Amino acid sequence: MALTALAPAGAGSSGAAPERRRGGLIALALLTPGLAYLALFFLVPFISLLMTSFGINVPDQYGVFDYGFRWENYVDVIAAYWPQFLRSFWFALLATVFALLIGYPIAYYIGVRIRERTLLRNLLLVLVIAPFFISFLLRTLAWKQILSDEGPVVSVLHFIGLMGPQDHITGTAFSVVFGLTYNFIPFMTLPLFATLDRLDKRLLEAGSDLYASPRQTFFRITLPLSLPGIVSGTLLTFIPATGDYVNASQSFLGSSSTAMIGNVIQSKFLITVNYPQAAALSILLMAVIVVIVSVYVRRSGTDDLL
Amino acid sequence: MTTIEASTATAPFARPNPVRPKIGLGRWLLPTYVTIAFVLLLIPIVYTFVFSFNAANRSNISWNGFTFDNWLNVCSQADVCVAFGNSLIVGGVSTVLATALGTAIAIALVRYRFRARSAISVLLFLPMATPEVVIGAGLAAQFLTAGISKGLGTIIIAHTMFCLSFVVVTVRARVLSLDPALEEAGRDLYGSPTQVFWRITFPLLLPGIIAAALLSFSLSFDDFIITYFTSGTVQTFPVYVYVAAQRGIPPQANVIASAVFLIAIAAVLVFQVVAAARARRRRA
Repeated sequence: MALTALAPAGAGSSGAAPERRRGGLIALALLTPGLAYLALFFLVPFISLLMTSFGINVPDQYGVFDYGFRWENYVDVIAAYWPQFLRSFWFALLATVFALLIGYPIAYYIGVRIRERTLLRNLLLVLVIAPFFISFLLRTLAWKQILSDEGPVVSVLHFIGLMGPQDHITGTAFSVVFGLTYNFIPFMTLPLFATLDRLDKRLLEAGSDLYASPRQTFFRITLPLSLPGIVSGTLLTFIPATGDYVNASQSFLGSSSTAMIGNVIQSKFLITVNYPQAAALSILLMAVIVVIVSVYVRRSGTDDLL
Repeated sequence: MTTIEASTATAPFARPNPVRPKIGLGRWLLPTYVTIAFVLLLIPIVYTFVFSFNAANRSNISWNGFTFDNWLNVCSQADVCVAFGNSLIVGGVSTVLATALGTAIAIALVRYRFRARSAISVLLFLPMATPEVVIGAGLAAQFLTAGISKGLGTIIIAHTMFCLSFVVVTVRARVLSLDPALEEAGRDLYGSPTQVFWRITFPLLLPGIIAAALLSFSLSFDDFIITYFTSGTVQTFPVYVYVAAQRGIPPQANVIASAVFLIAIAAVLVFQVVAAARARRRRA
């Protein structure tokens, strides 16, 4: 995961040469506070999470543990929670695919098809980011009420006989994946838009001048050129979706049978206060995501993540 | 479509306009699909807005009739207002901190060469690639180990941390787009490094810094997962909604969310109109 995109710019000019010597001190002064902050509140917590994950629960004392090296914590949580783990990655994958299928046409339409119609374009862009301005918890609850047993969707489906009287939408895997997809569409659409907006339309014209069908033009030109957007969009969706515990929680779109790993970590950490197990689950989740992301990024050939 | 195929069959090199007819199918398919997607995207927003006018008390689930009372007496549900106030405090303070720290890093990354560059990039990238539960659990574990009691302070610490990387990315793009010749001109005209920075660099960076600050604020304002791990008994607006969801959310929460939404959208629209007017004036 070499982040090579941080290329120096403008530093090569001759005028900058005498400054270079003093530059070291200034750079240090600029970097130190922020990086120290990140080290203190990102790296150190990670280490303390790692230490906690090997901790030993004190018997009969709620939420108390000693530091130690109980690696069996990991075995225990894998044995107990592998279904939630698999479900998290499966739900996140489905949500990512659906968000791509919905977000790509939106981004293509705004960024390529109506690029010249500035007013409509800007209006639709505002609509894409509009969900960011209203609490995502309330939006998810709105879906819960729309899809609930008393809501309009279920009544209609009952009426036309597509759903039996015992069937529900909320609390099922469907509604959780639906909620995840919905919540992450803007995160998918914006990076896609950023790359498609820069796509040189003359390339598309060249394609059709050379007798490529629209389908060929899309798969041979548009899609490959938008790959960087697809990579960052899918990552921006997949990673947070895997750890999400709002959509799958019982008071939102899920039920106990749709619990994802985030729900388990949350309840272990904040309700049953089993800190070592919660920490072990968090470390495992992070490790799996790092592996998946590095393989994915390497496969897709885009190293520039920043 | 058929006429085009016929014409290409007879005279393959005389296609009058090769692009236009091929879009035929997609011309309606794509806009229809996009329209449906937008309707889907906006339904919950409209729902939240409509139900802010519902004459309901604690649980705002079924429609009880139209009223303005919720808008006029937002703070009749005191805890909604307290939570909203906390969100503003947290968003404001952590935005200032993250923007200051992040801007400094962004400038240093673009303008100076140093060794640990790739390690630093990884350190900046990791918080964005880490699921929020893990960040939340990590901070909670650290506060637990260090014996720090959770509250507004710990929420601000957490929010500053996760906003920082986003500020660096946003401001860095702006620093990269700066023309070094402008600063060089400043130095040629005997401007001291401080003068060059405050008179040339900073004003040029300002749009990027403002964008980063707005991004930070909206990230902080809407964050729930990390906040829930670091908040203790203090409630921000999203935490309030999450906790209240178990027993029913009063319409006042919808009022606050809708009001914030309307203000944000109005600000975006005003900004776009101003930018469009400025562009037109420049062209004229």
